[in-house]
Amino acid sequence: MRAAGIDIGSRTVKFVIIENGTIILTRKCLTSHDPLTAVRSVIDDAEYDMLIGTGYGRHLIREHLDCTVISEIKAFAIGANAIRPSSRAILDIGGQDTKAISLNNKGEMTKFEMNDRCAAGTGRFLEIMARALGYTLEEFSEAALSAKRAENINSMCTVFAESEVISLTARGALRHEVARGIHKTIVGRSTALLRRVAPSGEIFFAGGVALNNCVRKLITDELGRAVFVPPDPQAVGAYGAALYAMFGKKS
Amino acid sequence: MSDYKQMWSELGLDLEAHDALLSVLGGAYQDVFLSQKMRPEGMKYFDFVMSEVHGFRIKELMDAKAQGRIVVGSYCVFVPEELILAVDGVSVGLCAGAEFNFEGAEEVLPRNLCPLIKSAFGFKRGLVCPYVEASDIIVGENTCDGKKKAYEVLSPMVKDLYIIDLPQMKTNTGRALLDEEYRKYMTALENASGKKITPESLRTGIEIVNAKRRAVKRLAELRAADPSPISGLDALLVNQVFFYDDPVRFTKSVNALCDELEERVKKGEGVFPKGAPRVMMSGCPMAVPNWKVPMIVETSGAVIVGEESCVGERGTQWLTEEKGGTVAELLNNITERYFKIDCAVFTPNPSRADHVKDMFERYGARGVIHYSLQFCHPYIIESGPLESTLEAAGIPVLRLETDYSQEDAGQLKTRIEAFIERIEG
Repeated sequence: MRAAGIDIGSRTVKFVIIENGTIILTRKCLTSHDPLTAVRSVIDDAEYDMLIGTGYGRHLIREHLDCTVISEIKAFAIGANAIRPSSRAILDIGGQDTKAISLNNKGEMTKFEMNDRCAAGTGRFLEIMARALGYTLEEFSEAALSAKRAENINSMCTVFAESEVISLTARGALRHEVARGIHKTIVGRSTALLRRVAPSGEIFFAGGVALNNCVRKLITDELGRAVFVPPDPQAVGAYGAALYAMFGKKS
Repeated sequence: MSDYKQMWSELGLDLEAHDALLSVLGGAYQDVFLSQKMRPEGMKYFDFVMSEVHGFRIKELMDAKAQGRIVVGSYCVFVPEELILAVDGVSVGLCAGAEFNFEGAEEVLPRNLCPLIKSAFGFKRGLVCPYVEASDIIVGENTCDGKKKAYEVLSPMVKDLYIIDLPQMKTNTGRALLDEEYRKYMTALENASGKKITPESLRTGIEIVNAKRRAVKRLAELRAADPSPISGLDALLVNQVFFYDDPVRFTKSVNALCDELEERVKKGEGVFPKGAPRVMMSGCPMAVPNWKVPMIVETSGAVIVGEESCVGERGTQWLTEEKGGTVAELLNNITERYFKIDCAVFTPNPSRADHVKDMFERYGARGVIHYSLQFCHPYIIESGPLESTLEAAGIPVLRLETDYSQEDAGQLKTRIEAFIERIEG
């Protein structure tokens, strides 16, 4: 039997099919202004027996594709626990949300926290700041890693932070040190969320921002706890949804 | 509805803005309430009250005024309705539950302020709340800093604003302050109405309000059944109408609703399937038409079985002792009763956690959603220790902080769904 999971994030759609517990297909595409078309483009020629939806756009497909949905918090908990049973906390930094989830020793989610309403300190924030500094996302993280010190960025609001960055560079601040400062603000916010929800144990770092080497390093340094990044951090939610499609409540 | 145009215009309402408000309200009511399945017949009365909330009920207030009775508007459960009834006055809660004319409110208040206060000002400055315009006296109370200071700004905008000071600690000094404040307030009501409070009139006032409280307590207890015979939204609506309606007619209507619900419970009928996840709400009051979070909860498959809130059990759970031969004795009973209210403006406020635990057990809830209005410091700060206490007792808690806008509805839905998944196990 083939089970599929689809995670419609604010920026990216992730689609995973599993068979006998192994991932046999992973696809991603941008969510765009037309998420339903994006979803159709990844699932239309795929073969599967059941589908579970998750992510920000889950209710859209529940109506259009007539499938069951679960919250991305649950999907990440299931996915993370299957990939790395020893983790006790999940940090997921996606396109517009940051979530911290604690897991008990059975891998079940207990507490969770999420940023409310604005996209401060999320993947979108990093994207906009990289652009303000004239970097690609990869260059941005590498530049930040190379900096010995960080400029202090006070604002978490994307709009204010952008003007703060502009005024810093106008004063002659070094671009890579500003980049490191931006990474530090994201990390400060995420670690505060993690400390509140899951004060100890290994951290499973997922979501698109887990691909950022600098954020990863700074979180490890800041918390002094093991941080595990799965091979495909963006697909954890879709994988969790596929597992739920396969095993239901037992997953 | 056109019958009321002249009345609204005489009250000084901005008719165009008021029409716009009523049309939004009507649409929201349709979507939130009338679309629910298996609604009890007894809710028809409350549908009627809501459809006429700015019409028939205001006409009643105007008729009462014509008969020489005073209308007293207030914003808080610390304002004893018993005393208003004792001078044959009419007590009404004032509009503060919608994001209406916040721009107007922000001309005189800071942006970063609780939406309930901003809403009250938005309604007043937008001239769309007939209750505030019909009130002979508006009674404010020194609960939180936001309200306390905002009343200073409100004062020149309204005819007659009377402020009740409130204690912040449950000490003998605090109790003495409340007693003294209620005594002064009683005199103010006597002066405004030209009627003297007698032991008989005060006892009648107490009996009427107690009957109303008993009726909503009866409703609350029926929700312990699984399946719950009524949705949390409908029960919240009843608790909201508590503040507006004629108290005797309200009591009769709630009891009629409860008779019907008792039959439902006997037959095992409910609005959600048996075994549906049960949550209770705790925290800030939800004034009409603030139905945002309960609507998300109940369209996500869970049923709300209780509200630890001013619009809910915090406001109604205690009765006032009816025994007493003199006004002084009866007034003392009133102080005794109101001093028990475990509002987060008190420090410390330990009985609130006990009350939440007790409700959790009584109504068979599986989780508590703590609801804070944005910038409501007393409840937001108290929610941290409250969450720790409840989680330590094995009670799952989800803390939410939100305002009256719809912009965070998507994120709230994700969190609420995940919380329901958590309590379902």
